[in-house]
Amino acid sequence: MTRTRQWATGRTDQRVELSLGALAAVALVLIGAMLLTVLIKAWPSFSHNGLSWFGPGGDVETQLRAMAELKPLPGHSILYFRAWPLIWGTILTTGSAVLIALVVSTLAAVFLTEFAPPAIRRILDPVIRLLAGVPSVIYGLIGILVIAPYIDEHWVSTARRASVSHVVQISGADVMTASLVLTMMILPIMVAITAGALASVPASWREGSLALGVNRWRTIWRVSLRTARPAIVAATILATARALGEAVMLAMLGGGRSFAPNLLDGVTALFEPVRPLAATIFQNSEGLTIAPLAHTVYAIGAVLLVSAAMLSLAGWAAKEQFKRFGVRG
Amino acid sequence: MSTAELASRPPSGTTIARAPRERTASWPLVDRIGYLLCWAVGVGLCLIALGIVLYMAVKGIAYLRPSLLVQHPAASVKQSESGGFLDPIVGTLIVAAIGIAIAAPVGVAIAAWLSEYRRPAWLARAVESAIEMIAGVPSVVLAIFGLLIFSQRFLGFLSETDAGGAVSGKSFFAAGAVMSLLALPLIVGSTREGLAQLPDRLREASYALGRTRATTMRRVLLPAIRPEIASGTVLGMGRIIGDTAIITIVLGLTLTNEGIGHAPLISTLRGSGSTLTSYIYTNSPAGEGSAPQKAYAAAFVLLLIVLALNAIVTRLTNRGGPTEDSGRAFRLLRFEWIPWTR
Repeated sequence: MTRTRQWATGRTDQRVELSLGALAAVALVLIGAMLLTVLIKAWPSFSHNGLSWFGPGGDVETQLRAMAELKPLPGHSILYFRAWPLIWGTILTTGSAVLIALVVSTLAAVFLTEFAPPAIRRILDPVIRLLAGVPSVIYGLIGILVIAPYIDEHWVSTARRASVSHVVQISGADVMTASLVLTMMILPIMVAITAGALASVPASWREGSLALGVNRWRTIWRVSLRTARPAIVAATILATARALGEAVMLAMLGGGRSFAPNLLDGVTALFEPVRPLAATIFQNSEGLTIAPLAHTVYAIGAVLLVSAAMLSLAGWAAKEQFKRFGVRG
Repeated sequence: MSTAELASRPPSGTTIARAPRERTASWPLVDRIGYLLCWAVGVGLCLIALGIVLYMAVKGIAYLRPSLLVQHPAASVKQSESGGFLDPIVGTLIVAAIGIAIAAPVGVAIAAWLSEYRRPAWLARAVESAIEMIAGVPSVVLAIFGLLIFSQRFLGFLSETDAGGAVSGKSFFAAGAVMSLLALPLIVGSTREGLAQLPDRLREASYALGRTRATTMRRVLLPAIRPEIASGTVLGMGRIIGDTAIITIVLGLTLTNEGIGHAPLISTLRGSGSTLTSYIYTNSPAGEGSAPQKAYAAAFVLLLIVLALNAIVTRLTNRGGPTEDSGRAFRLLRFEWIPWTR
């Protein structure tokens, strides 16, 4: 009697294991299918343009409009597309935001773990959660209703406006605003990971350094931050992935035009509009029923998907690294 | 120092020993500059957050009228006539409900399998990295993928099919399903975290009583990590509520929630609509209608929801109290608990 019961319960257990495993496998297949369908849908655009898809050539705005209206540009086919201005915009916004955030988040994490009085620490913790939780559309709203008009009114001189007016209009929604707000958006995650790693540096290591007469700041610099380096790398990678994928805020604050800011313009380049890859998808989503435009938009999506996958791979590698040293983020 | 001052201080026994103030006078100049920068950044972050909240509160309170919460939006150039945002609020709730209804059970099941069974090992590793990848995929890419899937002919019953037979793929069903992908990694992550923290003796005691692994999971392990599951779910909800790209692309940005067909609830779910985030977007200067007052009011409501969810997560994760990690008393900021809105 008991034997049969045991046998029966064993069977249930197996059934549960099988069904849970099947569910996980279905999720895996679905995610794989996502990669595949986006790539298939994107293929015509890539195969038609070849590697020059990534290169410069003409105005993205006109190319996209030509696709939306189904009127090929003279001398080119309907799928003609050169994404360099968008890629350059992505590099500019993501790069500058991550660089600024790297410095600021490291300082903030050091402050949080080492110098902050308990009272401020108690405030900063929820503050960082809050900053991480504010939806990107609210950042975009503040940016476009407060920061952009302010910059437009006070920072952009008439001469500067006139100097580029034959190429592009300056409106206050520009590379600088977009990058700064993007910095605010990726800061919390970087502070969180870095602070976590700093907090788990063994106290004895720092005490050893302090006992040798090294001052607090040098100890942080030479011992704590160096130990936490893999975590900082992981944080930077995750933040890059997030900055890369930010669409809504950048669509609102980028100036709404696919323009590649020209660094040769000097300071003026800071005030020129920009549109990264993700924002371009967002702003052209209305036209996804038009085949050539859809192929192009999915091609942009595929580029983002592949870069996100590569970044998460890199992030995983970095995390493995710091798991080995017993420092968790 | 006068006696009056001495008397006004609390007796030395009552205050817990405070760390001595940092003395930086002996430090080299570079180190002192670094120290000051740290302070500046820390205080600056607080001020910026305070600024955001205060600004949104001032604007929100200035423009938020109770009537806005119960009126349907209407198409109008004048801000006084364009109605309230009842439909976006309802839309937000529907999308969050569908997304969580899919993501929570699936996420917990996958996490349970990954933590307790994980056979075959290669499949477990593949699933793990797939979930990790989903967490990093931009939501706008998830959105166009969702649109592609739900505009297939055989899924036409979930959204609108026009006279020519083309399926729009835009509906609450579709948006909720895509949103569940957004919440899934958070729920899987926090459930696994919870399961990993449980001591092995819990499992061993249950096995010793003759319980199978399935029963142990359902009766012992999952009840023990209920707070972790709950906080993962709340975090996922926060991320769903804060997302704009998926709503704009997969829900369709119509002014009101328009049902399709006549079945009471199903018709709404099959129809398109809007949520608070997309309402803010369309009413900002970046969207079509420029109604900043409405956008501010809606943003304030959204921020309040986010703050409430934040508070819930803090409550859930703090339940251990400060005794849990003594020493440097550093319980903040495990990045698993940071909601990632995009």
